[in-house]
Amino acid sequence: MSTDNTISRRGLFMKMGILFNGLVATAIAVPVVRFILSSVTRGRANGYLSWISLGTVNQFPEGETRLATFRNPYVTPTDGKTADTACWVRRIAGEQFQVFAINCAHLGCPVRWFPQSALFMCPCHGGAYYQDGSRASGPPERGLFQYPYKIQDGLVSIRAGELPTPGASAALLGKKPPCA
Amino acid sequence: MRLIAKIGEWFDWRLQLAAPIREVAEHQVPKSTASWWYVFGSAALVVFLLQLATGIMLALIYVPSASEAWNSLQSLNHDVTLGWFIRALHGWGSNFMVAIVLIHMVQVFLFGAFKFPRELTWVVGVFLLLMTLGMAFTGQVLRFDQDAYWGLGLGASIASRVPLLGPAIVKLMLGGPIIAGATLSRFFALHVFVIPGMLIGFVGLHLLMVLKLGINEWPMPGRLVKKATYEHDYHELTQKDGAPFVPYAVWKDLFFAAFILLAVAACAAYFGPFGPSGQPDPTIIQTAPKPDYFFLWLYAVLSFLPPAMETPALLIGPVIVLGALLLLPFLSGEGEKSWRRRPIAVLTILLSAVTLATFTHLAGYTPWSPHMDAWSSDPIPARFLRHRTALERQGALVFQAKQCHNCHALEGKGGQRGPALDGVAVQLTQDQLIRQVIQGGGNMPAYGKNLTPAETTALVAFLQTLHPAAQAPARDASRAVAFGGNGENSSAVRPSSQP
Repeated sequence: MSTDNTISRRGLFMKMGILFNGLVATAIAVPVVRFILSSVTRGRANGYLSWISLGTVNQFPEGETRLATFRNPYVTPTDGKTADTACWVRRIAGEQFQVFAINCAHLGCPVRWFPQSALFMCPCHGGAYYQDGSRASGPPERGLFQYPYKIQDGLVSIRAGELPTPGASAALLGKKPPCA
Repeated sequence: MRLIAKIGEWFDWRLQLAAPIREVAEHQVPKSTASWWYVFGSAALVVFLLQLATGIMLALIYVPSASEAWNSLQSLNHDVTLGWFIRALHGWGSNFMVAIVLIHMVQVFLFGAFKFPRELTWVVGVFLLLMTLGMAFTGQVLRFDQDAYWGLGLGASIASRVPLLGPAIVKLMLGGPIIAGATLSRFFALHVFVIPGMLIGFVGLHLLMVLKLGINEWPMPGRLVKKATYEHDYHELTQKDGAPFVPYAVWKDLFFAAFILLAVAACAAYFGPFGPSGQPDPTIIQTAPKPDYFFLWLYAVLSFLPPAMETPALLIGPVIVLGALLLLPFLSGEGEKSWRRRPIAVLTILLSAVTLATFTHLAGYTPWSPHMDAWSSDPIPARFLRHRTALERQGALVFQAKQCHNCHALEGKGGQRGPALDGVAVQLTQDQLIRQVIQGGGNMPAYGKNLTPAETTALVAFLQTLHPAAQAPARDASRAVAFGGNGENSSAVRPSSQP
């Protein structure tokens, strides 16, 4: 009888030991991976976005663009000031608004509004936008990100809660991203 | 003395370390490698050890919380005895480490040290470079100020451009939907545990390979590397013309390492720590974020990429560069080592150095950014206003009030986003000026909706006066035929009289 087909008692125990470790490792890996991906999966399950009030309609004069700030709806105890967010509110007329994200559509720097030249300008790479948020010049491929808004009981509310980025802009505009 | 020797013997009998250490220290190296060109690797290691030591000291005070990090840095800078100096050592150590790792890489490349049998040593070295840059970036994030905050936004914007997975990668990177507490915590984990752990492992591997394969001999023009004969030749060289590493070569490493440490300490003491700049409060938008020195070139490149190139360049560019670095020893594993006979290698280094230096220099004064306050702080030079009509002066007012000055310079003052306008009237006719102002184009926004016809007329009248005294403004020759006379159809806009 050749030794090739036999397996020693200790050899079998070693293989069972490896298998046992593999099973335990897999069992532990499942919660570990779920933990690591929690910031992604949580956003998909419950969504990070919700309606936030920016103040009364009368706070925003017609024909002007004003800076508004809000506290992000999803916060953790250590966020400090970083959970405060700014946005540009343009009241065109009556209940017609446009609410722009502060983040440049190029690489996210904070754009500033200049009523004199009626332009939004970015301090980082020279992006510029017209007053309606459309791209005027510079490296951005598109206009400013806009938050969906609604007027209810005299309050302006926007649907916000995620950092607007060029790749995720579809979600922000109210359309669902392809994989949601 | 006998007692010390006895204690030493007692320990070594149990540790059995003296023999292997002596073997490593006294291993034969080619005499030609005892050179000042061969000191950068050990210097990088010494600065890395400095970073470990100072990093641990900073961790005694630093609080990795988005609400407290900035305050704890202020406390380090101002309250804790010599906290500012430890921060400065760590910050300057970081700059020195990136610089020395790059110089080391250039030296290895020019001396052909990546060729057979040291291909894997080079590949591990490329990963060490990536980790060093990773440490520099994550370290900048831990200095949780405005630059760090918006720098993270920049990183998120780049990551979001990955097809399909982009939004998920952003949330994984930020640890949530926005840049906040979880973001800082995970960058702290990366900077303090993950990347240093990998660095220590890879540095050990890198050193082990240098020891096992031997240090690259001084490249002689014409002495070609052949896989069949190299190991035999190298062995012969270390036997015939070799010397023990300690003390024959090591003294230069020691001197250079001490010099570098002294330089880091001198910079730290003289220039002090980096930042932190303003508080990481996203509602403070009066800020112009900028990355640290070694990422400035990237900041400049990002402003020059045309919009259509942005995503492909950001996603494909790094893959190509990394691929080229990793494949280099496998595509060019044999042959000539000496830089004297590798002109393309030398040109590659020169071209890369000039390119990176140029972009870094440009990022120093960001000509692509409008000067946000030029319209209110840079007056129009008086000589452009003297002997001008009321309309032309009105145009100068429009020029300031509508912030043209933010992008266009006059006499070197103002923005550099668009061309300087000192001689614009020579280049553009009246019609062309009107068209350019109203419709924009060539990276200029259109001002048609923002200027009344009267303002446009005044502005163009002013712009038409902007030409050197000895040069006439541009004129559309067909106008003379169409309108008769000197070709002017409006009394408002007339040739200016230069003083």
